[in-house]
Amino acid sequence: MSEPEVIVGIGGAAGDGTASAGNTLVLSMARQGIAAYSYNSYQSVIRGGHSWLRLRFSAKKPLNHGDQVNVLIALNQDSLDRHLQELPPGGVCLYNGAKFQPSYDPPARVQLCGLPVPDLAPDSVRLPVMQNTVAVGAAVQMMGLGFETLAAVFETTFAKKPAVVQKNVEAARNGYDYAAKNFQPLATPLHPTDQKWAQSSGNDLLAMGAALAGCKFYAAYPMSPATHILEWFASHAKRLGICVRQVEDEISVVGMCIGANHMGVRGMCATSGGGFALMSEAIGMAAMYETPVVIINVMRAGPSTGVPTKTEQADLNQVFGASQGDFERVVIAPVSMGDCFVTPAVAFDVADKYQIPVVILADLLLCEGSETVATEVLDVEFPIDRGELITTADGSPDEPYLRYKDTPSGISPRAIPGLPEHLYVSGSDEHDEDGVLLSDVFTDPIRRKKMVDKRHRKMSTILRDLPAPMLEGPADAETTLLGWGSTWGVIKEAAERLTAEGVSVNHLQIKTMIPLHGDEIAAVVEQSQRLIIIENNQSGQFARHLRAETGIVAHGHIRKYDGEPFEPKHIVSAVNDIIGGQEVVDVLSTEPGFRTDHPTGTSGSWEGLNQVTRPGVPTKA
Amino acid sequence: MTAPATVVEVKDFKPEVHSDWCPGCGDFGVLTALFQACAQLQIQPHNLMVISGIGCSSNLPGFIRSYGAHTLHGRLLPFATGCKLANQEMTIIGTGGDGDGYGIGLNHFIQAMRRNIDVTYIVMNNEIYGLTTGQVSPTSETGMKTKTSPHGNLEGMLNPMALALAAGCGFVARGFSSQIKHLVELYKAGIEHKGFALIDVFSPCVTFNKLNTYQYFKERIYKLEDEDHDTGSFHAAMDKALEWDPKIPIGLFYRNPDPRPPLDSLDPALTGQPLVHQDYTIDSETRGELIREFM
Repeated sequence: MSEPEVIVGIGGAAGDGTASAGNTLVLSMARQGIAAYSYNSYQSVIRGGHSWLRLRFSAKKPLNHGDQVNVLIALNQDSLDRHLQELPPGGVCLYNGAKFQPSYDPPARVQLCGLPVPDLAPDSVRLPVMQNTVAVGAAVQMMGLGFETLAAVFETTFAKKPAVVQKNVEAARNGYDYAAKNFQPLATPLHPTDQKWAQSSGNDLLAMGAALAGCKFYAAYPMSPATHILEWFASHAKRLGICVRQVEDEISVVGMCIGANHMGVRGMCATSGGGFALMSEAIGMAAMYETPVVIINVMRAGPSTGVPTKTEQADLNQVFGASQGDFERVVIAPVSMGDCFVTPAVAFDVADKYQIPVVILADLLLCEGSETVATEVLDVEFPIDRGELITTADGSPDEPYLRYKDTPSGISPRAIPGLPEHLYVSGSDEHDEDGVLLSDVFTDPIRRKKMVDKRHRKMSTILRDLPAPMLEGPADAETTLLGWGSTWGVIKEAAERLTAEGVSVNHLQIKTMIPLHGDEIAAVVEQSQRLIIIENNQSGQFARHLRAETGIVAHGHIRKYDGEPFEPKHIVSAVNDIIGGQEVVDVLSTEPGFRTDHPTGTSGSWEGLNQVTRPGVPTKA
Repeated sequence: MTAPATVVEVKDFKPEVHSDWCPGCGDFGVLTALFQACAQLQIQPHNLMVISGIGCSSNLPGFIRSYGAHTLHGRLLPFATGCKLANQEMTIIGTGGDGDGYGIGLNHFIQAMRRNIDVTYIVMNNEIYGLTTGQVSPTSETGMKTKTSPHGNLEGMLNPMALALAAGCGFVARGFSSQIKHLVELYKAGIEHKGFALIDVFSPCVTFNKLNTYQYFKERIYKLEDEDHDTGSFHAAMDKALEWDPKIPIGLFYRNPDPRPPLDSLDPALTGQPLVHQDYTIDSETRGELIREFM
């Protein structure tokens, strides 16, 4: 018996208040023990355009935004036109009946719920966003929930404006009562539970997780979809004693961050692909200095400016290859928003212990989406391991301090600048154990090789400190679904559905991208008859990485690069296609609501652009 | 951390590594003056961090006994800013060349002045790219012939003094590498200035710049200290900044009489102890408050 769930879609133009309506709804659900997952599909405009926020609610924590909206809140005519046709039987469409009317007949058994907003919220004439409040009140009623929690949410949201609280509570109440009198409630009502949920985005959780892991310095240049991390830090800087700077560009961002780390504090920075490109040169410097640094790349659809408000997993090649030369780095891709919370602590510990740059590879889906996280998951004290860090100098050491001492582990104890008897210069040039440059010495192949080997040796033990791949489902399943990073939740649900349909699958999710747990992956793949790799990009960047590192060639590939994230239905259907003999399935979000009729008509026919397949990657013999 | 109360001498800053600049290079004078200024100010070597970019002059941190970093081309100021914000008790000196600071790193230079981080920035300005063996620089004179401007530099000459004044730099000075005593005084004043200090130093490249030679400067320079120059006047400083041929002023152009406090004294996280010595743990009560923000 599956837990009842509701998927609400709020559609409107930027500036219509879709996000705040969504927040109100999510908060009122979370406070009743109902979990939420939300994802906003929007355009890069400040006013206008179309914004499509999907919110999935259930007592069983949803791990993705689901397949199909069944409650539509249309805040403008465009949203009503786009999305009414997508509603399933039993679906509900709420809209301001005084302003908008459906342009076509609704699908069968869809309830049209026009709200007489001017009567229910007289203020809406002056303040159009009051229509959102009325609709939220009505939606809560139709989901079978009480009104009180919603009223309390307005009190929190508008804590400093009692008059606004009153008006919103009245409007919501009127919407709630109107729905009770005039509309049919949903067939599957939601039930409150005792679980305490915190509602937050991946960006929030990366920031808070880093702060709790001892991050004392944060620098960034605003770039979607990573900007909110900077805003979180800025708004908490004073209280938490964190130095937070917005600076001129990402070159400076990473330079400052490495500088702060070099002095002994934990420093972090975040950006998206374009900013990460600017950071590249300095990442190699951090590796050469053996100065830890944690860098977050929140991927968005590329290349170049790409589609700034859309999600993709296509920066793997960039982070793998960032900066010239051979050097040691770690790349970790958090697998859920809750995982965003713990990843900075892992990243900082590994960066400190091995004195290397660590990249957290997240994406727009994780970072701008939000989900409810059980409060007990967040209420933890991270054990902080700073590695071999020398922070005090007692007396005179017996032998001269060598910052880059050639040790068996390759890790050289790191003194923070400012200590007597530990003077050293760090060079981006190749240097000897004492830091003195080799580059200006007449070719010294022996010492050059020694230093390269010393740095590389650090990697020999690092895998044990990094999260191993997670296998879910039976080890002897016929088909293994392999994903990385943010696709964990959607693949997990697809695997559960496939299993329920009698398809023998398991699910392996990769979080540590570099270095790769090749042996662990091979052990799983050897047991299954078919490997399918699922990733949110066009060229199969992970599939290539896996092949390069392990020789493993997947039998099938499911890819999506249309800007929208995977939904469970996409994966279920594509897995069946691959079992049926296809090699590569390119998935496309085809709901009519996504369609934009180009005003110039130059984009050609849209019809027929459905799930397309193409041959390409060789299969395993 | 309390420094041992030992008297610091010039020899304390001299490392075992000898500089590898060309014989006659202006950078020797810049380094010698730095030894003297640091000794006179009684800066303990372990409280000093010298940070450079890339280029001949940027090899300097390797030739002084202190903490140091030899960063990337043009990127010393972001790194130095991060260092100062992490530990404002350290004396941070940036050293680089004209190509490094006024070419590839120009944005950081302007932003660092605007930001007013307490870093003393010494630019060894030789009006040429030396380490890459003689190409045109942003401070090369118009018309100057180099390997990459064989028919004469077609572009204008960047004026770092005027630029620094316009960018809000509170301490703007220029020296000449063969006038070491004068340079020592400029360094000391720059290091003691609370905020960003620019000291541009004419440091002739004897190998690749046949125009801006020692002789060239000797014929043209004069000291502002010998004139009735008001170092507290922005406008007087700007007038002097715009002087070039036939007479070129050196000395202290401008010291803001009412300087803005440096960034490292304004950031709320840096009041009290340096960041690096602060407790980085967050107590469970605060953690609970952070969680409740999401509820």
